[in-house]
Amino acid sequence: MRTVHPNLRRGRARVALLLLGLVMGLLAVVFFRAQVVRGSAWALQSESNRLRVLPLPSPRGTIFDRYGNVIADNVPSYSVSLFPAPLDSIESGLRRIQPILGFGEERFNRLVEQASADRRQPLLVDADAEYEAVAALEELRGELPGVFLEMRPKRRYMGGAALGHVMGYVGEISGDELERPGFEEYEPRMIIGKDGLERQYEDLLQGSQGVRYVEVDAVGRVVGSFEGQAAAPALPGDDLHLNLDLALMEYIHQIFPDSLQGAVVALDVDDGGILALYSAPSFDPNRFVGGIDSQLWTFLNQDPTRPLFNRAVVGRYPPASTWKVATAAIGLEMGVVDSGEFMPQACNGSFRYGNVVRRCWDSSGHGHLDLAGALANSCNVYFYQLGLRIGLERLVERGTRFGFSEPCGVDLPAESSGIFPGSLDFWQDRFGYRANENEVLSLAIGQGPNDQTPLKMAQFYVALGRDGTAPAPRLARLRGEEEPEIEWSLGLGPESLDALREGLREVTAAGGTAFMSSLEHWDFIGKTGTAQQGLEQDRSHAWFVGLAGPWFEEPEIVIAVIVEEGESGSAMAAPIAAKAADYHLRRKYGIPTDTIQTLREHINAGVSAPWARWNGRPDPPADGSAVEIE
Amino acid sequence: MSWFRRWACDPTLAGVAIVLSIFGIGMIYSAGVLNVPSPVTEGAWLRQSAWLLVSLGAFTVATRIKPGWIEWVAMPAYVGSVVLLAATLVVGTGAGTAEGVQGWIEVGPLRFQPSEFAKLAAVLGLARLLAARDDSPETLRDLLAPSILIAIPLGLVVLQPDLGTALAFVGVLFAGLFWAGTPPLFLFLLASPGLALLLSFSTLVWSLYFVGLVGVLYAWRYRLYLAESAAVVLGNLAAGTIATPLWGSLAEYQRNRLLVFLDPAMDPRGAGWNLIQSKVAIGSGGLLGKGFTEGTQKRLDFLPEQHTDFIFSVIGEELGFVGVLLAIVLFSALLYRLVHLAEKTTDPFAGLVLFGIFGTWLVHIFINIGMTIGLVPITGIPLPFVSYGGTFLVTCWTMVALSARLAQEES
Repeated sequence: MRTVHPNLRRGRARVALLLLGLVMGLLAVVFFRAQVVRGSAWALQSESNRLRVLPLPSPRGTIFDRYGNVIADNVPSYSVSLFPAPLDSIESGLRRIQPILGFGEERFNRLVEQASADRRQPLLVDADAEYEAVAALEELRGELPGVFLEMRPKRRYMGGAALGHVMGYVGEISGDELERPGFEEYEPRMIIGKDGLERQYEDLLQGSQGVRYVEVDAVGRVVGSFEGQAAAPALPGDDLHLNLDLALMEYIHQIFPDSLQGAVVALDVDDGGILALYSAPSFDPNRFVGGIDSQLWTFLNQDPTRPLFNRAVVGRYPPASTWKVATAAIGLEMGVVDSGEFMPQACNGSFRYGNVVRRCWDSSGHGHLDLAGALANSCNVYFYQLGLRIGLERLVERGTRFGFSEPCGVDLPAESSGIFPGSLDFWQDRFGYRANENEVLSLAIGQGPNDQTPLKMAQFYVALGRDGTAPAPRLARLRGEEEPEIEWSLGLGPESLDALREGLREVTAAGGTAFMSSLEHWDFIGKTGTAQQGLEQDRSHAWFVGLAGPWFEEPEIVIAVIVEEGESGSAMAAPIAAKAADYHLRRKYGIPTDTIQTLREHINAGVSAPWARWNGRPDPPADGSAVEIE
Repeated sequence: MSWFRRWACDPTLAGVAIVLSIFGIGMIYSAGVLNVPSPVTEGAWLRQSAWLLVSLGAFTVATRIKPGWIEWVAMPAYVGSVVLLAATLVVGTGAGTAEGVQGWIEVGPLRFQPSEFAKLAAVLGLARLLAARDDSPETLRDLLAPSILIAIPLGLVVLQPDLGTALAFVGVLFAGLFWAGTPPLFLFLLASPGLALLLSFSTLVWSLYFVGLVGVLYAWRYRLYLAESAAVVLGNLAAGTIATPLWGSLAEYQRNRLLVFLDPAMDPRGAGWNLIQSKVAIGSGGLLGKGFTEGTQKRLDFLPEQHTDFIFSVIGEELGFVGVLLAIVLFSALLYRLVHLAEKTTDPFAGLVLFGIFGTWLVHIFINIGMTIGLVPITGIPLPFVSYGGTFLVTCWTMVALSARLAQEES
């Protein structure tokens, strides 16, 4: 080819440069439009591309006992979850982490089911993964798309099974619960209180969830830290201070017979605060944390001893002889009996009313008894006569006024009200016949249509330890809360109350039914009870309700014990009450708790008990001041 | 700096190429900075640096070759590259981000892409063929030989299949013919079957176009032989009718790429993914970018093939519009220099080589950058000097060397 003329070359070069300018100019304009004009829109999309919003679980409030000991707190735990994804990716993801977390085929299937039920929520695979598994997952994260680890505060209960019924338990909020009123603020996967105090004070203990962003890459692998960036911090729930005594609860759990069912309630006489509330058998609320496994759940629900049943506040038992104190109080208040007065008919083992013959528990009879003696011997015949003096209608009216047909108002989600006739119509309504005056014979000795919770009986005895009034028993001590409201009063003067206490004192004195449970350091008084069940062959429930405090001072603790099928209130229930009260008071007054407690233990151990009150109570000091307790 | 001037032959060309190469290595390094590191991209910048040294060696050698030798070696190089391309179809393997393409030949530890060398060889071959003519092509028939010369390697590349590289050969052909003085009408007629193919998606549009084409042929009837006109008509008819079977013969991914070009939202998780993520990356870069190595789209692996074909998305995300503009200015300077040298040179062969290289680079740059923002369909075509790839870098540097050498000889 000949050399091309420079003019032609220049012309072609110009065309080429024009083309170059057009191409580069076009690119520049397009990029300017995308990056500068529309840049912010793309930036937003880039954020949503890579950031996943996750809730930041908040720790629940700490729960303290009356001495400031921690009962429930939070420890860090790691949960393993999968991001929402198509079902087949979820399945393959689960398959990959299955060997690391070591769950079985059954759990695998359940998780897949769960994932297909709710496609938008992350799937919680393990709420409380072992540390080794977490480390392994962390290491393999590049190969595990969609898996994310989460630090969740995990509830820890110090008392374990000792506090199962009081604490209740926590768990992930269910679909049903989310739709209930009051749960509008809640979100799926949140941990809420399901029972006990955890549920009662859910609003207080629940903090507010925070929000965090986790960065994920194109295939859904979490990059950077699993903690992500907190956009809004999680606010912990408020602390809860209880009247409860953790050590006392543990002690009761320890001394309550393992194989038996029953309940123990201890109240502070001063303000009705609940020192202990125990139901046996119990369960360890720690086992519920992070999701209870189905096997244990089935076991707890099907166990004939009903470990999830809170006998202390939901269980109802015939109060039996422990209720005789109520009859006595009503009699005194009405003025139909004087504390020093003997009933006209001496006890010879039975009592005839019209054509009905009722027996005393001791067929050999108790002879003539005053009020104190009748309480000490639990003499039925005395109380039959007292009941008749009061009259059925008035006994029913007073008993109802004292709240025996109502719940105590304890701060727990479930409480049974007592069963007690509200009026004479009760018999008509319930049994279909008109009440006969002789119904009063049964009621007067704590039988008949009268079932009470251990808590209710304890509350009634609190009134005896105070001025005849009883506040509602409370577990929590809420800041700014006023003194618990007094709902009723026995309407008794100090002499009458003294007379009743004197009667209860004789129960634990020489010759009393619970003498063997008397204590070295404390004025321990109370009433035994043996509640027959409907059928003759059933073993009776053993009751003891009592008060304890330093000698010659006001009682400080009320304690109610029921042992189902415990047969004997004096042999089975009274020692538990005595030891629990002793333990509480010794700690309160700084006396070592590791020495022998009841008289029976002294005798069994062959240790002399010079303090034992063979004749009533110890002599009061000459100068009238209180006995010094060492 | 006289040593540089001596070594580089053309300091502007070599200087811009060095800046672009180092810029590229920097971006390849950044492309390897991922939150979940990948062994493929992590050390790529080191390997690319090694390739740059090889390229500079090749440059040093190539700039010492006598221009006469270059002219002499043009045809043997062309034949050799065609043989290699044919061999690739038999013994070729896929590699790296182009796993599906049979584009590599392995010789011991070495692995190279004959199609990259073939571009240079095609430039040389075409320049040789056109320079051998006494004058500019004056009939459509004169375009036959150059077209066939390019069609052979182009066809072989299509069979790999590598559509992007094939487009580069088209760029070489049209650039060479244009510089050789082919009337624009002929270039249009040569391109018309391709245009017919594109327009055939709608019978109406294609029919209107075809009527217009016949009108043009009629108006220019005195400059065309009847046989030539007939060939153009037949070519356009054929293109219009084979469109459907040709569409059917395309691989699924190729069809999807073309479809999502029209509507990326059609399949946002599948074929549209690359384009959407690339656009998000570039758009979110804004004016100043997210900072070197800080691109989140890139770090989180949302970007496809980010160290090779989509390296420009990383530039857009991390350096923003400012970085994009810088790259465009650098490429413009490079291409401007080529045109300038081609204009200056009096030797037809030298001018054709320079302009052929201009053509192939322009196609590469426009398609590569354009596809990251959705201006053109996504085709696997690298960005000269910047994208990771040893063979391509060495080829580009050899092109710089030959350009500088041929231009120097003239001035």
